[in-house]
Amino acid sequence: MRGYEAQPYARLRENLARRDRSLREKVMSLSEAASFVQDGMTVGVGGSTMSRTPMAMIWELIRQSRRRLTVARSIVSTDGDLFIGSGVADEIVTSWFAQGILWGLSKVMRRHIESGEKRFQEWSHMAIGMRFRAGAMGVPFMPIRSMLGSDVLKLRPEAKEIDCPFTGEKLLLVPALNPDVALIHVQRCDPYGNAQIDGLQFMDIDLAMAANGVIITTERIVSNDQIRRAPDQTKIPFFCVDAVVEAPYGAAPHECYGLYEPMMRHMESYVASVNADPVRGMRDYLDRYVLAPKSWPEFLTLIGMEEVLEATSRGRSIYND
Amino acid sequence: MTEGLRHTASEMLAVLAARQLKNGQVVFAGVGVPLLAATLAQRLNCPGLTILFEGGVIGAFVEPGRLPPSTNDQRCTKRANMVLGSAEVLLLLQRGYVDIGFMGGAQIDQYGNLNSSFIGDPAAPKTRLPGTGGGNDISSLTNMIVAMKHEKRRFVEKVDFVTSPGFLRGRRTRAESGLVAGGMFRVITELAVFGFDDESRRMAVIALNPGVSREEVQDNTGFRLDFHDRVAVTEPPSTHELETLRLLDPERLFTS
Repeated sequence: MRGYEAQPYARLRENLARRDRSLREKVMSLSEAASFVQDGMTVGVGGSTMSRTPMAMIWELIRQSRRRLTVARSIVSTDGDLFIGSGVADEIVTSWFAQGILWGLSKVMRRHIESGEKRFQEWSHMAIGMRFRAGAMGVPFMPIRSMLGSDVLKLRPEAKEIDCPFTGEKLLLVPALNPDVALIHVQRCDPYGNAQIDGLQFMDIDLAMAANGVIITTERIVSNDQIRRAPDQTKIPFFCVDAVVEAPYGAAPHECYGLYEPMMRHMESYVASVNADPVRGMRDYLDRYVLAPKSWPEFLTLIGMEEVLEATSRGRSIYND
Repeated sequence: MTEGLRHTASEMLAVLAARQLKNGQVVFAGVGVPLLAATLAQRLNCPGLTILFEGGVIGAFVEPGRLPPSTNDQRCTKRANMVLGSAEVLLLLQRGYVDIGFMGGAQIDQYGNLNSSFIGDPAAPKTRLPGTGGGNDISSLTNMIVAMKHEKRRFVEKVDFVTSPGFLRGRRTRAESGLVAGGMFRVITELAVFGFDDESRRMAVIALNPGVSREEVQDNTGFRLDFHDRVAVTEPPSTHELETLRLLDPERLFTS
């Protein structure tokens, strides 16, 4: 059974019971954490569009040549390009897939999806959210009132129309989505996995609760004492989390709330390269920016200090009056 | 209203779309011209307009010159009333808190159905478009204003794929499919402003943009258009409207 189909409750409970949920340190490297993602798995990706994308983890999965992943995310940007263009993922489950509104259609998406080599499974944005929520709640579906009457629904036999047993109204049931593993990037996390998110949280809390494993990459690792001084800011509890990786600028070249905005010159040069030739342009980009650097900091060096600092200045300005 | 400066088609769209909004409304805005037009309305005559973004923002007040590149970027939250989860903000549509949904469109048909998924046969598409995003949810659950370019290939009798439902096949088909609330309210283009007939639910011209003839609108439309009994002529964008708009988008990100 694929991880993006509703799973029997007993299996969900068994999967959770097998995980070590004790209060323990779980700090590791990007390359060690990548071992939680195995070929053929369904992977939930946190953040949305160009925000808090777990880019360092995706970068590592490409370096380790993972294959046949199904990737689910609320809205997909250049991360989706990288997943399918690198050969890591075969299917993207999302509501919207392009590089960003500023750049029109993604030629990488078009090349791989129109040829039928890869699949793009489309749901409405709220449906994706309710699928993660059902997964987080331990129930097999959630009822929603959108997608009805549309052709988006016609392509989704996984969703079921019903007459409500209470009111007789038409409703759509969307199946729970319990990814095998979730990749989530946050601003702060302690060594146990208590993760604090500033600003937009997107669907990350439901995603973390729904997944059968969670890898947190974090801008910085803080002490458990510091977490306990502001527990209201903890959005994901430690017992959901299997790995904690310190990855400064781990969403680059996308943004991380309050710390840096998207690195637009890098994004623009990426888009120009892959949209000119979605196969060779992607290969060149991967060779230069993903496979050649020896470490994540070396990738950041390739983006360039000037651009990183400029994005940081814009990022921090959200807190200016 | 004073005669305005020279302007582009997308500036015209933004100004006319902003005029459709009323102070006190709650508006769910997509990125691009809708975000810009809602922000423009706030600065012109709707200071009490509440803007929602799908990234998880209530009461946005976007800074001039710092337009967010999507509705999921941190800039959307600046000076907002509340930040919340994406599912939570979409559920506000379902509960009924939103007066107007405000979106762009790639292809529209006579019943206001929008396609942003496929050009050609979905099984073997000529072009795979980005998909619905929140568009299907917004158009399923509230009253819609759509701002889009007016071209014959975009205004078709029947869309290749219904991504975001308008009135589906007309008459009561929208309600019968389970969508009991909302529906298409206005379509704004650089040529005209359109509404939808209460019975047939077909698109009809309610106002022509300045200098545009009925024939020009019909010639650029792929289906037979109805015209209201008293078709108005829209006031051109004023200097004040255009200057305010250009302060918001000085780099012309969304008004090129």
